[in-house]
Amino acid sequence: MEQLKTIGRELALSSQVGWGSSKEFLDLVKAIGEAKSKAEEERIIIADIELLRKKIGEPDVPRRKMKEYIIRLVYVEMLGHDASFGYIHAVKMTHDDSLLLKRTGYLATTLFLNEDHSLIILIINTIQKDLRSDNYLVCCAALTAVCRLINEETIPAVLPQIVDLLSHQKEAVRKKAVMALDRFYQRSPSLVSHLIPEIRQKLCDRDPSVMSAALCALFDMITAESEPFKNLTGSLVSILKQVVEHRLPKLYDYHRTPAPFIQIKLLKILALLGSGDKHTSENMYNVLGQILTKGDPSTNIGNAILYECVSTLSAIYPNQKLLQHAAELTAKFLKSENHNSKYMGIDALGRLIKINPECAEDHQLAVIDCLEDPDDTLKRKTLDLLYKMTKSSNVDVIVDRMIGYMRTISDAHYKTDISSRIIELAERYAPSNHWFIQTMNQVFEFAGDLVPAKVAHDLMRLIAEGAGGEDEDADNQLRSSAVESYLQVLGEPKLPSVLLQVICWVLGEYGTADGSHSADYIIGKLCDVAEAHPGDNTVKGYAITAITKICAFEKGAGRKVGLTSECRSLIEELSTSHSTNLQQRAYELQALLGLNDETVATVMPMDASCEDIEVDKSLAFLNAFVKSALEKGARPYLSESERLSIGGITTLASSNNQNDLSHSLRFEAYERPQLPVPSLSSFQPTVVREFEDQRTTNNNLRATYAGHSTSMTDTQLVNTEAASLRLDGIQKKWGRPTYNNTPASSTSSADRGRSAAGNSPAEFSKDEPVESSLKSAVESRYVTSRKQRPEISEEKQKLAASLFGGTFPKSQSSSRSSGSTGKVSKSSHSRSQAPHIGANEQSAQMRSANSSTSIDKGHEKSLPVSQNLATPDLLDLGDGDSAGPSSDPFKQLEGLLEVPSTAMPSKPVIPQQVPDLLSLYESTPSSGSPSINLIG
Amino acid sequence: MIHFVLLFSRQGKVRLTKWYSPYSQKERTKAIRELSGGILPRGPKLCNFVDWRGLKVVYKRYASLYFCMCIDSEDNELECLEIIHHYVQILDRYFGNVCELDLIFNFHKAYFILDEVLIAGELQESSKKSVARVIAAQDSMVDAAKEQMASLSNIIAQATR
Repeated sequence: MEQLKTIGRELALSSQVGWGSSKEFLDLVKAIGEAKSKAEEERIIIADIELLRKKIGEPDVPRRKMKEYIIRLVYVEMLGHDASFGYIHAVKMTHDDSLLLKRTGYLATTLFLNEDHSLIILIINTIQKDLRSDNYLVCCAALTAVCRLINEETIPAVLPQIVDLLSHQKEAVRKKAVMALDRFYQRSPSLVSHLIPEIRQKLCDRDPSVMSAALCALFDMITAESEPFKNLTGSLVSILKQVVEHRLPKLYDYHRTPAPFIQIKLLKILALLGSGDKHTSENMYNVLGQILTKGDPSTNIGNAILYECVSTLSAIYPNQKLLQHAAELTAKFLKSENHNSKYMGIDALGRLIKINPECAEDHQLAVIDCLEDPDDTLKRKTLDLLYKMTKSSNVDVIVDRMIGYMRTISDAHYKTDISSRIIELAERYAPSNHWFIQTMNQVFEFAGDLVPAKVAHDLMRLIAEGAGGEDEDADNQLRSSAVESYLQVLGEPKLPSVLLQVICWVLGEYGTADGSHSADYIIGKLCDVAEAHPGDNTVKGYAITAITKICAFEKGAGRKVGLTSECRSLIEELSTSHSTNLQQRAYELQALLGLNDETVATVMPMDASCEDIEVDKSLAFLNAFVKSALEKGARPYLSESERLSIGGITTLASSNNQNDLSHSLRFEAYERPQLPVPSLSSFQPTVVREFEDQRTTNNNLRATYAGHSTSMTDTQLVNTEAASLRLDGIQKKWGRPTYNNTPASSTSSADRGRSAAGNSPAEFSKDEPVESSLKSAVESRYVTSRKQRPEISEEKQKLAASLFGGTFPKSQSSSRSSGSTGKVSKSSHSRSQAPHIGANEQSAQMRSANSSTSIDKGHEKSLPVSQNLATPDLLDLGDGDSAGPSSDPFKQLEGLLEVPSTAMPSKPVIPQQVPDLLSLYESTPSSGSPSINLIG
Repeated sequence: MIHFVLLFSRQGKVRLTKWYSPYSQKERTKAIRELSGGILPRGPKLCNFVDWRGLKVVYKRYASLYFCMCIDSEDNELECLEIIHHYVQILDRYFGNVCELDLIFNFHKAYFILDEVLIAGELQESSKKSVARVIAAQDSMVDAAKEQMASLSNIIAQATR
């Protein structure tokens, strides 16, 4: 029966096909419809394209036939094939006198061409002519094409005609003309800005559809700048009032709702106008209230208006009564069975909590239901909401959820998005360093290649710096737990390169530090990493450097280093690598093994990645050398400006000036090095380090490495500067809040422990002021969330409490969330166990005590970074024994870690803060070194 | 604003595409593939919205046909859902109980109607009647043209006899 009907319909269709489709075309459509597979469909289409290509190019194709060909081209293009050979014919068809053909021509061109296509220029003339046509249908067709095809350059060609059409007698034409102006405004605001009065005038057009088009245009203009349109508020409000009161023609009703699309547009504009403007907003309260009460929540369109009204209310200057109403509405949305309503409810809630964070409290369970809903879209929206309401008390739960979700998706776009959010939240609110490291590991594991390299560097830096230095034991524990977790992670089959780099670095630096793993074991692991990633030179570089470090530590501690055959063959392989960088690292390892133990211990001391290195930018240590050179008759040094005025050497980089002399031949030979790029080769900082070391050394290694040294000094100097720039950047990108916060919160946990033991908490409290106020809010809420507990299932209660209540997430989360938080409690310092023992209330009290004292400290903390660097009393942070933030040890780390991909002839790898090594460059004759220049 | 309109069948066959923002042919194919892959498996009770590259796609199923519109993330999804419904109602009125076959064989008409409903990615007219009026006017011109053609061919036929 069904089939009969279909056949009947087809017959009816083909008989009325008058519109120009021939049998041929119908057959094509049918064949495609019946195609069994994608391949078959492709074949049919490709055959048709060939046919069309041939036929369309024939001379004297009848016009009607041509029209059909064009429609077939549209069809072909719609199915995703290229029909560009026919574009010109579509353009030609717009010239046709017959409306039908013209309309088809315009349709095809608007579908085929983008506004930057080169054929557009051919169509301008036709459009100009058609815009002046007597037939309003021709005008409409041309206007539709204008909206799609006119670009910035061609706007002036049609603008006058369109302005004329604003007063066309047909409303359909006026409406489209206004829309065309809106489109022009989007393309190039300056070209139509003089027409704003005309567009405003169109608000009073006698036809509502023209008014609606004017609203579209005004919306775009007000989005760009609301100030000049504030005086429209009154008229817009009165229009909205009229619409709501059903004064527009019935024609514009939609499901018995008066002109809903116009209402929504108006609400959007009012939201823009009233944002942060009390006076303007007050004018709107009345009509907004009217919409809220009149709104029909039983229809979809009614809900659309109500939702828009809620978002307007949350955007304008708040009115408590209306917001209350909006909150009730939101609650209704959330309670609805309909997923669409729930979705809108979550969205509305996200808007309302910006004004009043408390309002989420009432909807805890609804939110959790949405979070656990099988609907992916709803879940994402809810995670969005959670992201907006994250604070330090619930960050672990929320991040845990986000990671859990990230694990399940494959959409790279959203994964990037969510991983960057997790990182942001973790950096901002991390309760402890442990937690931060665990979280980051998970992010790397699931979204590895989508995470920016900077995050990895921040992580390594955190591990190296620890909690800020005052608690060395805790730092060591942190490191060994990091090592443990990485050894575990290495068991996973496929790991992203970034994570492997972090792992290698941490294993190299701290793998043997706590003595629980033998050097052979760690080296074995590192060899495995290098072998498992034959194509990844960066990872290999990290691995071999890590091995070098471990060997050095072993030797430094006076133990014998016996390399396994596996490791030897790796070194062998790398020393013949195509990458000079890897080669060099391998040779350095071999050279290091040949040194005596004491030297090695000085060259590569344990855990020195954070040590301070002073940079003597004035190169005072060269003074004696310079002096003697001058005495021997060398020319004196000229600063860059002087040089330029003399020789006009412009190619010289400004940073070369410190020791380059006027030996003009040398200048061109060395390219200005790039600023360090975090992801690839930032071996410059290493160079800096080496260079610094140069000064402070004794020369015992000089001989060994003399052979390697080449044109170092020029680049070194440049890099001194680059690195100092970088220093600021790093401080900044790590972000003040995090940087303070991470150590702060761990301190505060220790602090809690102490206060339990009866010590004064004041000297330790370092919470930020914001955090403290949050905490007290949290505390007050704790009571409410407790009250609600009994009725609901236990798991949800817990989740709700940790999301919303927030006062006792610590004790709960450690039992609930498996990986991350559990570890925190396990391996954190013994004193920080206190909060677990001291029950919720106690810890809450402490928190509040903590927060009250923290406020004044918080002020201090808001010192600008630069000042921080300068002042010695760095608010507890700096007085630890490992380096405080002032030294920015990270740049040194980077040097160690990064594998330079450029084959620069320096030696990034060699060691850490070793005083000794570098003096070698001082005297080694190298083409670019200052000595030569001086003498020459 | 609406970035594009997409119609595809339950089998994932494209029935209509209209792009209001510039997308290259490659991007178009990719978008269609991603969206039909993302939307078709969704159950009937789930919400009618999906995230797509930072934008939102609102879809609604009518019989075997899915109507999708891609909007900005700040736009009102429920409104967009009603725009889709509005378009479908106009199609229904024009074709008289519209079905997928109408759109398969007369997709150019669906395009003409869409051009009267949306312009430059915005809804341009909330009255069904006026859309119907413009389309009818267009059609009558076409009919007139057809008659003319028919009479012309008659004359030719007679002349050549």
